[in-house]
Amino acid sequence: MLQLDRISKRFGGVKALDDVRFDIRRGEVLCLAGENGCGKSTLIKIISGVHRPEPGAVMLFDGRSIEGLDPAAARALGIQVIWQDLALFPEMTVAENIAFESNLGARPRLVRYGRMRAAAARILGRLGVGLDLDAPLRTLPIAQRQVVAVARALVTEATLVFMDEPTASLSQAETDALLAIVRRLSAEGIAVVFVSHRLAEVLEVCSRVTVLRDGRLVGTFPTEGMTQTRLTELMTGKTFDYAVQTRDLSGAPVVLSVEGLSRAPGYADVSLTIRRGEIVGLTGRLGSGRTELALSLFGMAPASAGTVTLEGRPVRFASNREAIRAGVAYVSEDRLQLGLVQPQSISDNTAMAVLDSLLGPGGLVSARRQDALVHAWIRDLGVKAGHPGHAVSTLSGGNQQRIVLAKWLATRPKLLILDSPTVGVDVGARAGIFAIVHRLAGAGMAILLISDEIPEVYFNADRILHMRDGRIVGAYVPGETGIDAIEEAVHA
Amino acid sequence: MPRFGIGGTERWLILVILAMGAGLGLLTPSFLTLSNLFDLLNASAVNIIFGVGLLVVLVAGGIDISFAVAASVVQYLTAMAVARLGGGNWAVGLLLAGTFGTLLGCVNAFFIHRFRIVSIVVTIATYNLFFGLLMFWSGGVSIYDLPDWWTTRVVILGTETAGGHAELTLTVLVMAACVAATWLLLRRMSTGRQLYALGDNPEGARRVGVDVGAMHTLAYGWLGLMAGIAGLMQAHYAQEVVPNALYGRELDVLAAVVLGGARLGGGRGTILGVFLGIILVAITQNGLNLLGISPYAFKMIIGAIILAAITLSSEGAGRLIGSWRTPAMRRAA
Repeated sequence: MLQLDRISKRFGGVKALDDVRFDIRRGEVLCLAGENGCGKSTLIKIISGVHRPEPGAVMLFDGRSIEGLDPAAARALGIQVIWQDLALFPEMTVAENIAFESNLGARPRLVRYGRMRAAAARILGRLGVGLDLDAPLRTLPIAQRQVVAVARALVTEATLVFMDEPTASLSQAETDALLAIVRRLSAEGIAVVFVSHRLAEVLEVCSRVTVLRDGRLVGTFPTEGMTQTRLTELMTGKTFDYAVQTRDLSGAPVVLSVEGLSRAPGYADVSLTIRRGEIVGLTGRLGSGRTELALSLFGMAPASAGTVTLEGRPVRFASNREAIRAGVAYVSEDRLQLGLVQPQSISDNTAMAVLDSLLGPGGLVSARRQDALVHAWIRDLGVKAGHPGHAVSTLSGGNQQRIVLAKWLATRPKLLILDSPTVGVDVGARAGIFAIVHRLAGAGMAILLISDEIPEVYFNADRILHMRDGRIVGAYVPGETGIDAIEEAVHA
Repeated sequence: MPRFGIGGTERWLILVILAMGAGLGLLTPSFLTLSNLFDLLNASAVNIIFGVGLLVVLVAGGIDISFAVAASVVQYLTAMAVARLGGGNWAVGLLLAGTFGTLLGCVNAFFIHRFRIVSIVVTIATYNLFFGLLMFWSGGVSIYDLPDWWTTRVVILGTETAGGHAELTLTVLVMAACVAATWLLLRRMSTGRQLYALGDNPEGARRVGVDVGAMHTLAYGWLGLMAGIAGLMQAHYAQEVVPNALYGRELDVLAAVVLGGARLGGGRGTILGVFLGIILVAITQNGLNLLGISPYAFKMIIGAIILAAITLSSEGAGRLIGSWRTPAMRRAA
């Protein structure tokens, strides 16, 4: 039904997609697999008309060329996308979100609220979900918004539906319901492209899997006979020779000790310790309270109950400024928005958190001291940068992440919190970043590694904590508990 | 949004207006007379026309502060055009004022969309540009010899009451038409829903295929149209064209519209809210006058009311207590 060939896309200097081929048949359930930043989202945006591919691309729908596709034309072909960030309208009602399609089109016409409600009710009935049609979307919890997003994609005659990580924040029961819907769509002749990190799910529901790595096509394979291990190898390009790297650090002094820490809404009754040189992995689904916990440890979201002890002294941070002074560093989840000032230079970004220590005579920032500091970190972390004066936005994802690390390492922290450090970083650069992390741990830094990719914590942490609904519900030691068992526990 | 339901902000404003009305009625005998209430409406009509136009831009996620001086430019252009046409009449006047206003609005839309400049920056620039051009070119000179049709009061409804002569003027009729047209656009037309969508989630709207350029043109063009008509009616009400008569009006209107529940940043706001916000400000002013309080206190009191209203509205109160949405929810939104 849909055939694409020679698809490339550049953003600035970065090649997001390089000569990719893709095809899907009517009624097929296909999986698009690959690690973060491999080009999945870009490919979806090209097929849905949001981005144009570079010249030379071939795009055929039922044998006809569909070059110059825009979002409206893609929808006219029945191509629907459920975006990972849902792209819904929080101020509008459930009914209007689902049936918004009827408001589109260049010719103005009267809004038929009655019809919109009827259409929304019909589609929710088909999904077997009951929602208040008149409730503003912003009042709904995230799992129900997900349902609204699915319903919206189905409200018109769809031929091809993309689901970008549709199950990332659903419970097992909700996921099963969704997979049942996917099968029903397939039986109706609607093709579904499924993007998911949860490989078990992928193998269960899809007939073929297309694997991308670093913007290139690895290949398209039938799922029959495919194993999770083999799929992971295809996605990462590495035979998993990663070994579990646990060390026994029970004799090392405790750096961070947390007792019964709570904050509503967010997390409740969290207790954990991290010792000198230890890497503790914290995993759990989106919305499990991981980030809120990290922000509390960093003084940005005060806890309502419980104690935090840092190197034996009880601490209660009123702001992140105090936390930084006490030796806590936090590399945020959203590197592009929160971690770096993109238009500023590499040098200024690196020195941002330690300007106080660079003051020269007269209380002004000494350029000489800043240069010395920046050069030292660029060399130490192996940043591939043209000149420290260039804007940080000119760097690749992996090198940007190193600059964020450098910024925080310059504060000489005792405790380093890494929140999803490899999101948007390509596979090669990940290994480099984790090499740095292991070196820091070797030098005695206590590290809290937050990630929703289980292999990432499994092969890097000494211990793994599992968080769900704001509570720590499991503690594992990699090697003693198998990776599959942990995957199962987290995604259950 | 329930189909014809009234939102929390509007309900709250109605209560405040009723309470103030009752209080003023007790304190001053002249407040609750038909002639005073009609005068209140006559005097507020121009601001309401501005207000519903501005609402369209706010709902679409933009802001415009150039519309009031644009209305002054329209007054001059229309006065000169009708003079050249040998007098004109209401139909010609409305057509000309509407056209000039729409064109000025489209200038804003062009820069905002074509060059992706933030709307407040563009409209600060055009605010200065329009006003500077007007002062330079008119030499600051007012026009008093307007055609008779423009300056003669048109009474559409007049009655004798015990409290004196009470009448509604043409300005109120034009306002009613502008309010009805804007309501139709925002509530009942598909394009209006696209405007809301654009303000609510710009990236989401782009992805479902809303034509962002067309929406910008519509929003700023519509405000221009309303501003042009409001300018015509203001000159009618004042019976003269003074270049700086509307200078500063943009912030009064903006404050009243925000008081009515429109959200800076887009996606939220109702016609009823605009109406109530402007009426509340007008009643406050009227009441202060009738109570003999210094007009210098007026701005201070309005400022305090707006601060109180915005702090006490549900979201503001939530923010005072603590974060009401978790980061995960915000990301999902």
